[in-house]
Amino acid sequence: MIGTGMITTLAAQVPGFTRGPSWNLIADVQDMLSFTFMRNAFAAGTASAIVAGLIGYFVVLRESSFAAHAISHIGFAGAAGAVLLGFSPVLGVAVLSLVASGAMGVLGKRLRGRDVVIGLVMAASLGLGYLFISLYTGNAQNAYSILFGQIFGITTGAVLITIGTSVIVLAVLIAIFRPLLFASLDEEVAQARGIRVGAIAIGFMLLMALAVSEAVQVSGVLLIFALLVAPGAIAERVARRPAAALAISGGLAVLITWISLALAYYTPYPVSFYVTSLAFVGYLAARGWTAWAGRARRLVPPRREHNDAAVKAAETATVRT
Amino acid sequence: MRGTTQPVPPAGPPAVPGPAAVIDASGLASGYGGKIVWSGADFSVGAGEFLTVLGPNGAGKSTLLRMVLGLLAPAEGTLRVFGGPPERGNPGIGYVPQRRALDPDLSISAEDIVGLGVDGHRWGVRLSPRAGRQRREAVAEALAAVGAADYARRAVGRLSGGEQQRLQLAQALVTHPRLLLLDEPLASLDLRSQQEVSQLVADLRAEQGFAVVLVTHDVNPLLPVTDRVMYIAGGSVSVGTPDEVITSENLSRLYQAEVEVITDSRGRVFVVGLEAEAAHPHSPVTTAGAQS
Repeated sequence: MIGTGMITTLAAQVPGFTRGPSWNLIADVQDMLSFTFMRNAFAAGTASAIVAGLIGYFVVLRESSFAAHAISHIGFAGAAGAVLLGFSPVLGVAVLSLVASGAMGVLGKRLRGRDVVIGLVMAASLGLGYLFISLYTGNAQNAYSILFGQIFGITTGAVLITIGTSVIVLAVLIAIFRPLLFASLDEEVAQARGIRVGAIAIGFMLLMALAVSEAVQVSGVLLIFALLVAPGAIAERVARRPAAALAISGGLAVLITWISLALAYYTPYPVSFYVTSLAFVGYLAARGWTAWAGRARRLVPPRREHNDAAVKAAETATVRT
Repeated sequence: MRGTTQPVPPAGPPAVPGPAAVIDASGLASGYGGKIVWSGADFSVGAGEFLTVLGPNGAGKSTLLRMVLGLLAPAEGTLRVFGGPPERGNPGIGYVPQRRALDPDLSISAEDIVGLGVDGHRWGVRLSPRAGRQRREAVAEALAAVGAADYARRAVGRLSGGEQQRLQLAQALVTHPRLLLLDEPLASLDLRSQQEVSQLVADLRAEQGFAVVLVTHDVNPLLPVTDRVMYIAGGSVSVGTPDEVITSENLSRLYQAEVEVITDSRGRVFVVGLEAEAAHPHSPVTTAGAQS
């Protein structure tokens, strides 16, 4: 749940905020965490960042980042609708994105290449959300905060719900990790090996909906790409092992969130701006790094040239011994 | 289109029926949604046998593989795999589907792709160090067998198409299957690579003793290594040695059109469709089976 007053800059409201950092890391962290709203923001931000990073890696592997984006926008209609009906906007996001992702999971392959259809549903949902906001006579700040995120306003109750959701998502992710990885990398062989790829796809879409619902609190539906896709895309480029990729993706998402929270605390600018900027810079850095590493590898000549037959003969011999 | 198996009079090496057969089909028909694609197939594939499946695009070659994998039920007739009904996830079958382009940014190592073949279908995460060691050994052995040990730790996205294909093969063989199914492994390869891949599959079969069912639209690279061929065309199926099946009479019967088989000085066969010549004057000759 997001406090209505928090949409304006913190500087206007929080005593002690106007003071800049002391550049003593420990003192600054103590300073930040002396406020309940900052403790809540760090707790909920960390819990949702871990999930966004881990789910994000599979979003990138499965090439379903557009679906993730669309789900968050459909979730916005849910947020606005929930505000209109007097419920928590995050609950609205969760319900509608679960429904939308379930539908996408069931349609599965039939949606592949149907970007126009997904895009139109996404635009219609945004429009519907806008209508709900205009119908709402009270303070619509709640719904607007869903667009761009407002982690500083999160209540202690919402923090607990966020952490609980993260625990559930992590537990399911651990349980389906290997079949999900197999189905994400090679659906046909996975299916031949007896994996129910359809059920895995639906299950993953539901996990993604939960991750989206959590991450919108930090980055908002419009900026969800930053937290959900960028760390996964970086990990896909740099990590050789799946476990390392997940660690990098989750770790980066948490790091981006922490730095953004701290920067937003000491400056008058919003958290989601820092999240998107850091994610973008991180992705550029990863591209630069892989391009440089690839060039370096090409410049080093291979140790020995050999023909395939000789290698094969040698290797066959080793296998036999 | 309905049809029956064309009996081929001169008997080649007899198909091994009964429990020794890896695949046993009688009166088998393929199709979905009430539409029969081909029917009346009676054949069996013996242990360690190499069967090449030929036919034009859309003839239903890949659906045969899907039926053996238990992903598609036979439209008619019976199909038995290892003496029992086809089942999904049969560990005795290795499957290499048609190659698709991998994301060039995908930096997962070749080892991990092959490792999916070991335990990728299991629930949960791998915790036991012993299982991890066995997995590493199995992966290393499979990579060495297909000649891919050199790039075991490289990022798969940056490997060439041929290198990625060897990984697919290693992934399929890592569980030591008794039957290897390959769908168009020679598609979009140059002539030399086609021969290399054919020879690699033949060598691995000789070493490990698995049976091979290989789907292709060009039989020539496989003529030196295949035991028998299956030709699917015109809704019918014909099985036998290449000499028996790829003849002008037999293929004309299958296509229900006049077709001529020409053998060149190096033993390569070409199917010339006389009907197709009239329809496509610029491409009268196609390699065996590529006729459409």
